[in-house]
Amino acid sequence: MLRYDSSGKPFIIIRDQDQKERLTGSEARKANILAAMTVANLMKTSIGPLGMDKILVDQDGEVTATNDGATILKNMQVENPIAKLLVELSQGQDDEIGDGTTSVVVLAGALLEESLSLLEKGIHPSKISEGYEKACDIAVKHLLKICDKIEFDKENYGSLVKAAKTSLGSKIVNQYTEKIAKISVEAVLAVADLERKDVRFDLIKLEGKTGGTLGDTELIDGIIIPKNFSHPQMPKQIKNAKIAILTCPFEPPKPKTGHKLDIDSVKKYKELLEIEQNYFKEMTDLVKKSGATLVLCQWGFDDEANHLLLQKKLPAVRWVSGTDIELIAIATGARIVPRFSELTEKKLGKAGMVTEKSLGTTDENMIVIEKCSNTKTVTILVKGGNKMVVEEGKRSIHDALCVTRNLIKDNRIVYGGGAAEISCSVAVNKASKEITGIEQYSIRAFSQALLSVPIALASNSGLNSLEAVSEIQLKQIEKESPFLGIDCISMGTNNMKEQYVFDTLRGKIQEFLLATQMAKMILKIDDIIRPTGQY
Amino acid sequence: MSEAYQPARILNQGSTQEKAEGARLSNFVGAIALSDLISTTLGPKGMDKILQSPSNLLDSTITNDGATILSSIQISNPAAKILIEISKVQDDEIGDGTTSVVVLAGELLKEAEKLIHKRIHPQTIIKGFRLAKNIALKKLKEIAQDHSENEEDLKKYLKKIAMTIFSTKILTPYKSIFADLAVESILRLKGSTNLESIQILKKTGGLLKESYIEEGFVLDKKLGVGQPKRIENAKILVANTSMDYDKIKIFGSRVVVNSSSKLAEIEEEEKKKMLRKCQKIVDHGINVFINRQLIYNLPEQFFTDHGVVSIEHADFAGIERLSLVTGGEIVSTFDHPELVTLGTAKVIEEIMIGEDKLIRFSGCKEPSACTIILRGSSKQILDEAERSLHDGLAVLSQMVKNPKTVLGAGCTEIIMAQAIEEAAKETSGKIQIAMEAFARALTRIPIIIANNAGYDAEQLVSELKTSHYKGNTTFGVDVMNGKVCDVQELGIIESFLVKKGMLLKASEATEMILRVDHIMYSAPRQRGMN
Repeated sequence: MLRYDSSGKPFIIIRDQDQKERLTGSEARKANILAAMTVANLMKTSIGPLGMDKILVDQDGEVTATNDGATILKNMQVENPIAKLLVELSQGQDDEIGDGTTSVVVLAGALLEESLSLLEKGIHPSKISEGYEKACDIAVKHLLKICDKIEFDKENYGSLVKAAKTSLGSKIVNQYTEKIAKISVEAVLAVADLERKDVRFDLIKLEGKTGGTLGDTELIDGIIIPKNFSHPQMPKQIKNAKIAILTCPFEPPKPKTGHKLDIDSVKKYKELLEIEQNYFKEMTDLVKKSGATLVLCQWGFDDEANHLLLQKKLPAVRWVSGTDIELIAIATGARIVPRFSELTEKKLGKAGMVTEKSLGTTDENMIVIEKCSNTKTVTILVKGGNKMVVEEGKRSIHDALCVTRNLIKDNRIVYGGGAAEISCSVAVNKASKEITGIEQYSIRAFSQALLSVPIALASNSGLNSLEAVSEIQLKQIEKESPFLGIDCISMGTNNMKEQYVFDTLRGKIQEFLLATQMAKMILKIDDIIRPTGQY
Repeated sequence: MSEAYQPARILNQGSTQEKAEGARLSNFVGAIALSDLISTTLGPKGMDKILQSPSNLLDSTITNDGATILSSIQISNPAAKILIEISKVQDDEIGDGTTSVVVLAGELLKEAEKLIHKRIHPQTIIKGFRLAKNIALKKLKEIAQDHSENEEDLKKYLKKIAMTIFSTKILTPYKSIFADLAVESILRLKGSTNLESIQILKKTGGLLKESYIEEGFVLDKKLGVGQPKRIENAKILVANTSMDYDKIKIFGSRVVVNSSSKLAEIEEEEKKKMLRKCQKIVDHGINVFINRQLIYNLPEQFFTDHGVVSIEHADFAGIERLSLVTGGEIVSTFDHPELVTLGTAKVIEEIMIGEDKLIRFSGCKEPSACTIILRGSSKQILDEAERSLHDGLAVLSQMVKNPKTVLGAGCTEIIMAQAIEEAAKETSGKIQIAMEAFARALTRIPIIIANNAGYDAEQLVSELKTSHYKGNTTFGVDVMNGKVCDVQELGIIESFLVKKGMLLKASEATEMILRVDHIMYSAPRQRGMN
């Protein structure tokens, strides 16, 4: 691109012009908005209990079937920079909240779609942004006003189960929602610290296993590791196990500094042999002396060490993964010991029952560690008829866990089924009338965009979407009740309070904020430069 | 104005996508094609397939086993992949019914496709299918017979089930022989489902019906050179230790010498070390030594001199089975003979099967592991026989845990279908249509079986339905004679678990495929230069 400076000399702003494509001004904006809308439209059909799934085939031909917005976007190999931003957006919602990853993209898409007509009216993008900002403020404040609190404690967690059910309702597991929601909530409650309102997610392990159906999914009060005992003749069941967790291999030490040990005489050879033999003996002796009855090791065993362990009646498991080791350490109260010499009785963990179980007709075993001294570790064993179902089940349960955690952190909720969005839309629309100036238009656009989620919900449920949404809108205004929503599963009532469909307040607020932020960011772009030829 | 108004491309170059109807069509076509492909193998008169390996054209497999066929065909259609996956899981979990699970899923999808053409929403179909599945499952549980009380009874039923399974495989002519083999070896396991302890040895030569179960245990290895061919009252040490050359496992050690005499000294010492180890082993008071790893000439010589028979290179599975059979533990250190449990066997001898020499252990302590020797005229026959036998063993091993049976020959499918039809009458709305579709899909299975046998299937199955309506609920299709008759009398009995697995997995997979309205394919991974 050539420009001329004040003295008339040309200078180059962007080099190699012919190798770059460039869109500017309103063209760039429109291209961006179009891209964002494409992504949003793609996701729309996944919303709600009757939403559909997508199949993603990855580079190696592996199949993933999912309904989870974040997973779809992450795996779909997006190239367009704006679409990439939306992928990030959904990821952000996933990391922060864990649920609502689809809605946030749909909302952002709708905001941009609305802005398209505003742009055509000649309203400056930054004005639109400001309007959105204000409208978002109003919506969030309104959410705070209409939110409800749910009460629960360790024994009465029915309300939490209901919230988890809402999250699971749109996934393939919805046939077994009741059971899986209960499992998810119990898992979270088992590790939750209600006093501090904190949930340590790393204490919940999700283990998948094909076989059976999703309905056979179970909660295990303990840990499962997909391993065998190291020697086939070790006992398959250990009661009141004292567990030693080692991160050093049962092998002669390998110093990290490079060295050579030269053998140049028979005497040295003999000495070395003796040293070698003693290593194994020492190691097993040390373990035995500490009083351990089960050894878990992150590394492998030498054959000889393995046999010595058997001889000393020390069942052992080798090649336990790092994360499992940490979990077990937390659960059993064991200390992770990096050197044999540091092993003492105090550092052992305790578990009431350790068993090796075989599943199906294949030679795949699992070791189940139950009744740990520190019971705050649980495993959800997800079962399913095929690999894809199990994976999707795991993702869905993860979402439900997130929802439950969010409720423990903050027990405020808003009603689902589009109720909160419709209510906010009404409120924003009302507020727009009190604001003079161009912003009024964009605030009204925001209120329109908010309806996109309920509309998608209604249309996925086979209702006449616009009609259904406007009907609810009217009812909400008439009755002034913010808990009327779309009746997706034909329960016969629009009252979401009665249907027990609710979302977390935190999730909803986050959704609004993130979507608004993203829309603003995309509106601000007025120039796309990208090299061509490379593709 | 160039790019702004073109449809925005957001995916990577090379990625493709299929939407809504297109995606559904592609799913249906793929899944149904796959199920049609395999449906001809269903039933006692189903046909086999030849699978040729892409790398070696001479290496072909002839089989009737659904899981084997499906795992060897290469497919890129995602829905077909889901079906392959359920067949694999059915194989892992239960062992049989790998074909019927795919066929049922395919039939369900065919019905669903028709409903979608009638403008019924996939989610409504799913709802109906779920309802139908639950009714079918309930009915299945109702009609299942439990045989856990009577052990004699159980054995009889196990045999019947094995015969039903084998009647669809290459073993048909000798199904009674093989059913006996399978039942006996399963009962030896005493409730364990670890099929590893049943060893199947394939030896070409002879006829399939000459296969037998070996009293004791057979190891496909040879005895050391110059050692006796028969040992009585054997005391066996089962070991996993290196007997080739035993290097010192200290990191960074190496031998550096400055003269050949020193080298000789060290070599001498090394030999001595090995001999010391051998001495220690002999000190256990054994007369048979079996090692997982190689045994070199020097130690073998030593053992021969001390009257110990040595067997080298028995692989992992062999070692584990041996330790199970003889009751000895697998040993890797030899310093404490008093702590080691030795294995025992009354007689160990070298036997000949065909032209091969094998070692037989008889009179063992724990006969929980056993060996089935399969004979047959070609490798292909033997392989297929092994797969069939494995299917049978897998089902039986699960049966011992959960001894419930249902009637075969299409009887159970008809009962389930009729239960669904009954319930559908009381359900209003589009769900009803979906439920009826599910029932139709179930009835397709006996139709396919009869079709494969070359009978007028629709006629037969409709006769069968009528007799069920008349109250003869034990009737099924006799594919040998092309008649409707009482299955109970024929003794065609199947495992409840197989049927349950088929029903649940097929409906789960169908549901999964129906839920999809969009397929996105990533660009294939670019192959590097090498």
